[in-house]
Amino acid sequence: MPHHTVFEAKIEHLQILDENGKLDKKLAKDTLSDDQVVHLYEQMRICRELDEIAFKLQRSGRMGTYPQNKGQEANAVGSALAMVKGNDWIVPSYRENAALFMHGLPMHYVIQYWMGDERGSQFPEELNMTPLSVPIGTHMLHATGIAWAMKNRKEADRAVITYFGDGATSEGDFHNAMNFASVMQVPTIFYCQNNSWAISVPREQQMNSRTVAQKALAYDMPTIQVDGNDIFAVYKATMDARKRAIEGGGPSFIEGVTYRLGDHTTADDARRYRDQAEVDAWLDKDPLIRTRKYMEDQGVWDDKKQEELETRAQRIVKEVVDAAINVTAPDKADFFNDMYAELPEDLKLQRDTMRTSSIGRNPTQIGLNAQVTEAH
Amino acid sequence: MAQQTLVGAINQALDQMLESDPDVILLGEDVGLNGGVFRVTDGLQAKHGKDRVVDTPLDESGIMGTSIGLAIAGMKAVPEIQFDGFLGPAYDQLVNHAARMRTRTRSAVTVPMTVRVPVGGGIHAPELHSDSPEAIYTHSPGVKVVMPVTPYDAKGLLISAIKDPDPVMFFEPKRVYRSFKEEVPEEMYEIPIGEAKVVNEGDDLTVVTWGAPVFQCLQAMDNLPEDVSIELIDLRSIYPFDMDTIAQSVQKTGRCVIVHEAPLTAGMGAEIAARIMEECFLYLKAPVQRVAGFDTIMPYYKLELEYLPEAPRIQKGIEECLAY
Repeated sequence: MPHHTVFEAKIEHLQILDENGKLDKKLAKDTLSDDQVVHLYEQMRICRELDEIAFKLQRSGRMGTYPQNKGQEANAVGSALAMVKGNDWIVPSYRENAALFMHGLPMHYVIQYWMGDERGSQFPEELNMTPLSVPIGTHMLHATGIAWAMKNRKEADRAVITYFGDGATSEGDFHNAMNFASVMQVPTIFYCQNNSWAISVPREQQMNSRTVAQKALAYDMPTIQVDGNDIFAVYKATMDARKRAIEGGGPSFIEGVTYRLGDHTTADDARRYRDQAEVDAWLDKDPLIRTRKYMEDQGVWDDKKQEELETRAQRIVKEVVDAAINVTAPDKADFFNDMYAELPEDLKLQRDTMRTSSIGRNPTQIGLNAQVTEAH
Repeated sequence: MAQQTLVGAINQALDQMLESDPDVILLGEDVGLNGGVFRVTDGLQAKHGKDRVVDTPLDESGIMGTSIGLAIAGMKAVPEIQFDGFLGPAYDQLVNHAARMRTRTRSAVTVPMTVRVPVGGGIHAPELHSDSPEAIYTHSPGVKVVMPVTPYDAKGLLISAIKDPDPVMFFEPKRVYRSFKEEVPEEMYEIPIGEAKVVNEGDDLTVVTWGAPVFQCLQAMDNLPEDVSIELIDLRSIYPFDMDTIAQSVQKTGRCVIVHEAPLTAGMGAEIAARIMEECFLYLKAPVQRVAGFDTIMPYYKLELEYLPEAPRIQKGIEECLAY
């Protein structure tokens, strides 16, 4: 056979809960119970509250640049529920806050971080999370490395999930991470939140691939595209990927098709580059709306519960913001202390004097006529 | 004690660290079955297994990035970047992640890894195989940088580096890999990062250098008149570096020549010269001199000895500084 097909592939799309809140019962089998749906809905709603308040904090000058998660919450909560809290690792970007909260991160960390305080990235170690990763598309390699360590240590019941956007898949490190994970067959789940926009560049200008999911085919990696605003589909795809991972099946790829309802960050104004009609169409697909409809149809949710949840969300977020605002300011030389496990002498001198100019810093080098000024 | 080359001493240190610490993992291009292109890791995969001495895909950023992940998960990653010139793709991972992880998480997440890289010129290598990048990484807070040149120092510093809780760039002067042998103890020992070594004591002038030029400096010193007394310091650690040893020496001699292969401008010599101004100003009898690589692209090998600080150029620098 001189000319024959050596590789064929297809990309499947999974949607279980449609935008009208209608569930495909067959596909939903063995996925989420009503209690779990209510739990995920509450997590999404609280996270949305945090997002709105964070936006206001930035606008009123009490917080720096902040990237809203609005519209993408189903990706975070559905996948986080499928991962095992305190056992698996999460290697995040910065648009999956709810996943971190569901795995035990106190919410005030994220606010403290975006308020410019790196202590907000000092996550409790037992949570197994790396800090939010600001450079795009570079952290997935760490997820591959962490999973590789699990494989080396024969920790068969553990896996890693890493999140990133559609723009990140243009970066070389994305492909490096995918290739390494595939070659080493490590338990990493690559979760792409395809939110259609990388700041101002739309997905179709980011890549000429019809799906993001197909990029995994190059690495012979199981891959699927899901409706990222459908908690059932996200949960099921992540459960399947995790099961494969812990059974020695190696890495998997999930493309969650979603939409960034807000600006890229508070420093961005998306009206400059995208049509309101497009945003309006996606507002109708909001994961909160369809999940609420579904719960109401199931008879497990009503206006009273919604009102209670909103009150609770406001209270929780107020407490979180208060905790972040009231945190004691760091010592002025705090940024020196964690440069190394043990600070080199030079750095100690810089820290203790808060100066780099030498005269007056080192008493043995004071010239005869030098004016010695106090460290400020 | 056996005589060892630089290659042999590094191999022994890696072997002993693999033996003594199950968390140590070696990874890189061709480091396993082939034992590395310089055979530095020869025999280690056969002895310790494919899971601990790993042939990776040809991807420096991937090697660095996955090493960071391995280290975050508690392993002690010892990646090899095959040549100095191939560090470029790994730079982002190293500087934007490995170097920053401890400080940005206030020590909750740390990256204990040792990045081994053969560096420097003088072996008639192809393009991009002869660079001296130590200043680049010294200018990247959060990493440590060492460049031992003798087999004894290399073994002790490599063991220290792998045990260090922070990322260490371990630069190996490839020109010396097999050109010099000395006695290296069989047992494990550590040389603290940050301590220079006085190779030769003297009173008239201080020469500060590191890497392969240590041997060029010794050659230059041999050609000086017998009554000239030179103090030769091998810095060994580039960051943190041992300014105390340099300052004590220069306060004694009043004259200093700094020698390095890397380009002159903004090289490590500039930093040392500035620090000498700060700490030895009143003792100086002559301006500090630098004999370094030129501010050019490292030339292909027909002209590499014109670029490198070879003995005649070093000798001239010393003589001019002495005559000032």
